Amino acid sequence: MMGALEAKNISFGYDRKRKVLDDVSISVGAGERVALVGPSGCGKSTLCKVLAGHLEPWSGEVTLDGEALFGRDAGQGTGFEPWRGPGHGHRPCPVQLIYQHPEKAVNPRRKLGKTLTEAYVPGEDVLRALGIEPAWSNRYPAELSGGELQRFCIARALAPGVEFIVADEISTMLDVVTQAQIWQALIRICEVRHIGLVAVTHSPELAARISTRVVELLA
Amino acid sequence: MNNILEVKDFSLAFAMYDGVFHRRMLNVITNLNITVGEGEMVAVAGSSGSGKSLLAHGIMGILPQNAVTGGSVLWRGQPMTPKLLKKIRGRALAFVPQSVTYLDPLIRVGRQITRDKGKLGELISRYHLKPEVARLYPHELSGGMTRRIMICAALAGSPELVVADEPTPGLSRHLAEHAMKHFREMADAGAGVLLVTHDIELAIRFADRIAVFYGGTTVETADAADFVNGDGRYPNGRDGGDGAGVGQVTGDSQDAGGDGAGAGSEPDGTGRRQGDGVGLRHPYSKALWAAMPQNGFVPTPGVQPYAGDLPAGCLYAPRCPMRTQACDVAPEPRPLRGGVVSCHHAV
Ligand SMILES: Nc1ncnc2c1ncn2[C@@H]1O[C@H](COP(=O)(O)OP(=O)(O)O)[C@@H](O)[C@H]1O
Ligand code: SF4
Ligand SMILES: [Mg+2]
Repeated sequence: MMGALEAKNISFGYDRKRKVLDDVSISVGAGERVALVGPSGCGKSTLCKVLAGHLEPWSGEVTLDGEALFGRDAGQGTGFEPWRGPGHGHRPCPVQLIYQHPEKAVNPRRKLGKTLTEAYVPGEDVLRALGIEPAWSNRYPAELSGGELQRFCIARALAPGVEFIVADEISTMLDVVTQAQIWQALIRICEVRHIGLVAVTHSPELAARISTRVVELLA
Repeated sequence: MNNILEVKDFSLAFAMYDGVFHRRMLNVITNLNITVGEGEMVAVAGSSGSGKSLLAHGIMGILPQNAVTGGSVLWRGQPMTPKLLKKIRGRALAFVPQSVTYLDPLIRVGRQITRDKGKLGELISRYHLKPEVARLYPHELSGGMTRRIMICAALAGSPELVVADEPTPGLSRHLAEHAMKHFREMADAGAGVLLVTHDIELAIRFADRIAVFYGGTTVETADAADFVNGDGRYPNGRDGGDGAGVGQVTGDSQDAGGDGAGAGSEPDGTGRRQGDGVGLRHPYSKALWAAMPQNGFVPTPGVQPYAGDLPAGCLYAPRCPMRTQACDVAPEPRPLRGGVVSCHHAV
């Protein structure tokens, strides 16, 4: 599929004894928005990490527009190489993962302004759309609420060249007003930039609001 | 009805040090009031990181050293002294913590739930866990399993009051409802339940009363039914929407006015609606209602004020479509239509 993000026949386990993902495949078209649902512990978060190259599958591969996204670099003999596409090392991975707990995804000792500009410098328009106030950049993560931190994590993930956002329960811990703000902004940005989305949620009502297709991962 | 727990004019601040000598207080909770009676399930609903966990920790007597509290906490009419807490904590007073780090990493989870084999088996199967789970160590559990284990551990001892801090994130809808039904059952059998949650929907469906938490205080205490019942009118008193934000996440409602324009009263294709929330009193409660995905998914602009930087008058004023000069003075809680509201203009 043109521009699609695909995971093909992925198997993975955290230890040898138990497979968490057993031959799982999923395909998300360019600009498509998929809600990933399934019972607790069925491996949704694990699949998200595989899609974004944070975990190396035992077998199977993740491709973007038909090209393997991650893998072992045969020439170098180095370990698992997250994101080995063209220009890697200089460009952020085109598949970006956003976690449920933003406080675990930022360096607690670093002011947020620094964290925000690690990969690229987000434009005014993105910051405004996400409701990020300039004064927050001078604060440490402990001085912001979960919703405010999550806005930073989303802005950070929207680097140029990003084609897919993988969002693992990113609004689960937020109040519904913040949830509506964040999703409306993120979806608008995705539509304008033709970014695809894989979003894990436990709420069928939220899934209906944010996705164009629902995929169920079975236990 | 006898009150099990009363929290009166509770406040909590942290002593922060800028440099060596300059001590500054960071006010996290102010003027918070809440009571839980026998047979009652009361939810404190507000966004995460807004100090709800600290309220729970304050009740449980497990606040960090630099926290300074004011007001009072009463247990069956008696001041909650350290001595009393020591006696009831883990027995008559049970706690379901939010943080998964409360489990002891070195002890198998079965032992941490209860030593009573029969009770253990019953709880484990009730929460759809496999018996083998009892032999695992905490690090071997998924988030959802850990959550269920912590609920089991709290409920094993038949408490009189359960304080549950965000017990459901990471659980599927089905398991979350399951846990809520268990809490509900305990309340129906006479216990009190204080549910601290960001999940307004679960609160509406299972609690008797909801205290809406904003910027470290309760802005409204309402019967859960007030979030549902209605006569078809939009809660802000507007009939129908302005067109922005209805049914689609792609509308330009991000720029809509601060009054939650556009929730409308037509069904919007996302399935069931939660009534019309017309019984609600405070503008923030109304914004919560309108933001629910099954209602308008309305993104009322603005953020909650930062603890170190609270506005002088009403905490909601910077976002409030109804504010007037009177709102420069912080509103006191007052009874209104069977609930309590802190707002000058709520009717
Ligand atoms: N870091 C880890 N170490 C060992 N096992 C894990 C780890 N993370 C998750 N698991 C296991 O993998 C399974 C799937 O977990 P997860 O992907 O978190 O599920 P979901 O996100 O669908 O709830 C669970 O059974 C869990 O016990
Ligand atoms: S007191 Fe004034 S600013 Fe505060 S919620 Fe009521 S109307 Fe709005
Ligand atoms: Mg998960």
